[in-house]
Amino acid sequence: MTDIAVIGFAQSPCVRAGESTTSGVEMLVPIFAEVLQSTGLAKGDIGFWCSGSSDYLAGRAFSFVQSVDAIGAFPPIMESHVEMDGAWALYEAWVKILTGEAEVALAYGFGKSSAGDLRRVLALQLDPYLLAPLWPDSVSIAALQARLGIDAGIWSEKDMAEVAARSRAAAASNPQAQLSGEISAEELLGRPYIADPLREHDCAPVGDGAAVVILAAGDRARELCERPAWITGFEHRIDSGALGARDLTTAPSAASAGCAALAGAAGGSAGAAGGAAGAASGAAGAGSSAGGSAAAGVDVAELHAPFTHQEILLRGALGLGDDVRINPSGGVLCGNPMFAAGLARIGMAAREIMSGRAGRALGHATSGPALQQNLVCVMEAQQRSPVKEAQ
Amino acid sequence: MTEPLRAPLEIGFDYTRSLGPTLSQYMTALRGRRILGSRGADMRVHAPPFEYDPVTFDPPAGLVEVGPQGTVTSWSWMGRPLEGQPLPHPFGWALIRLDGADTAMLHAVDAGSAAAMRTGMRVRVRWAVSTAGDIRDIACFEPADGPATAANSEAAAHSEAAANSEAAANSEGADDSKGAADDSANAAEPVTMMTTPVRLHYEHTASAGESRFLHGLADGRLLGERCPACGMVYIPPRGACPTDGVPTAEEVELADTGTVATFCVVNVPYPGQRVAPPYVAAAILLDGADIPFQHLILGCEPDEVRMGMRVKAAWKPRADWGLTPENIDHFRPAGEPDAPYESYARHL
Repeated sequence: MTDIAVIGFAQSPCVRAGESTTSGVEMLVPIFAEVLQSTGLAKGDIGFWCSGSSDYLAGRAFSFVQSVDAIGAFPPIMESHVEMDGAWALYEAWVKILTGEAEVALAYGFGKSSAGDLRRVLALQLDPYLLAPLWPDSVSIAALQARLGIDAGIWSEKDMAEVAARSRAAAASNPQAQLSGEISAEELLGRPYIADPLREHDCAPVGDGAAVVILAAGDRARELCERPAWITGFEHRIDSGALGARDLTTAPSAASAGCAALAGAAGGSAGAAGGAAGAASGAAGAGSSAGGSAAAGVDVAELHAPFTHQEILLRGALGLGDDVRINPSGGVLCGNPMFAAGLARIGMAAREIMSGRAGRALGHATSGPALQQNLVCVMEAQQRSPVKEAQ
Repeated sequence: MTEPLRAPLEIGFDYTRSLGPTLSQYMTALRGRRILGSRGADMRVHAPPFEYDPVTFDPPAGLVEVGPQGTVTSWSWMGRPLEGQPLPHPFGWALIRLDGADTAMLHAVDAGSAAAMRTGMRVRVRWAVSTAGDIRDIACFEPADGPATAANSEAAAHSEAAANSEAAANSEGADDSKGAADDSANAAEPVTMMTTPVRLHYEHTASAGESRFLHGLADGRLLGERCPACGMVYIPPRGACPTDGVPTAEEVELADTGTVATFCVVNVPYPGQRVAPPYVAAAILLDGADIPFQHLILGCEPDEVRMGMRVKAAWKPRADWGLTPENIDHFRPAGEPDAPYESYARHL
């Protein structure tokens, strides 16, 4: 299997209500220039482009088409789009390289979350027969999930406030963050509920932004980047759309995606077929049942947790122990541009490897109500099969 | 720098969906003020019902009645209800496990205050005054230990009437029974479709270039922008040159004369049409521009319009100008000789 690495990442500042249009062009032009310059690539070197965005967010049909202006798509380019977070566009780009149809691919995501009333817009991702007609807003649904965990003793309002305080402190080192600063959990807990049991600090802020990640295969990645972030596992899963039938105190789709993505990392030789692959997934299964050692060796994780309790939930589902650095960027609690924030988590995790701060990093993206869909991308400094991939 | 222009953008559409066999039964039962669930292969009852068993992927063998009371398994408090939500005043959102069910449904609880909500509280359904075969036939839930609301008393009367009308299902007289349970015109027909109105409100932001273009129109000027890389002039300006992907910063004022690059004759009437058909909509290449501009051609018969025809803007009276392309009412024949094909051949 072709080895593929993240070799470049750029992100626009996250802002409450930017001057950008819903086409994203104004946010994308500078970050395309930044990521191409940082990798030494020209527009024509990109073999495949894939975007993630949402017409509901923009309030108009085919809103992503105009975003292509930011590329300058002449001569014609190979291009695709997902009506999902850019993390899923990255998955499509990764598959495109695996098929051999491209050697270098670029994925981007953008969202002007401030254009509409985000809490209402997100109601349209719910079951259209039984839920969406009631217009349950995204914050209220997250609050129902938070209370289930509180009632079950899995997390507390204090635990949640500590996640917010730690995230904002970490974001002080992230110039693109929308919120940052030192504030104590005690002070946060003194503030009023906005959707009991959630307070404002428990919810990601509404904001606009864009992100871009470049992937390259094998030798090309080594040429373009001193320390490529080699992708050793890339998986996504989905839980039921029947909200009331799910156990909302956990996220089986996150656990499953994480287990599968980490199995690639633990499995060693990528060239081995059938038997070895089976052994690798068996090992991951055992690791999972042993309480999360499947994630052993992960130095840092960027988790897409738009609500504080969801970070705690995801750490459990992915088996991330206390020794794993979580969201050194501040995470989406400090800037959550819809349809770009998940891709930015993978970019931020990759940057930990490219900068030499981590040997193994995990990027996570979510979509849907209460962590319904989850994607996990595991990256390593060490290439999985450094030689003879042509065999 | 010009502040970008902003304006409200209202989106409204009604989604019409077919229900399929399981949800058709569910919605038909709601119209009759009954709530159904489906029993899975593992004997758990799902309410609302699944359409395919999450374990075996089979359709449900049959539906069973659940409720009308239930237990709150989680809740949150909606202090300021949003447009379209079940109640206009503060209410609790709750996951409610109806009696006889093993899964929960999401709905609103009219509890008065957050202090009245708790996990484990008992609630009962409050039916809408009239039912149509829609999830909103359940108006909301209310604490089971409180007094029944007026709407529910009425619903109870409806339920009694339902029994009567079911007994007389095929008789013409059933429709005359006071307060029939089913409020649709033909209660005997199953509900097979549902319509969900969607109303969304946005603030649309024009780009900086579009904003300068609109301000220019308000002064009777046509402002395009030139790409610094390829030199092409775009009108209206775009955020970036679609060929080079770089911002088009240099402003270029264009004449209000141009050439018809291509056109079509509109013969189809539609709601809100400004001009009675037949009329001509054309792609007009303004002099000095590299991209055609859409507008109407009036002032001649549609069959006189041709590719290469020279045209000139017919502006509305200055008093009627605003920040809009409608300041130009239409384009009219300029009375000049036609432009050579080569002059617009790249813009078809």
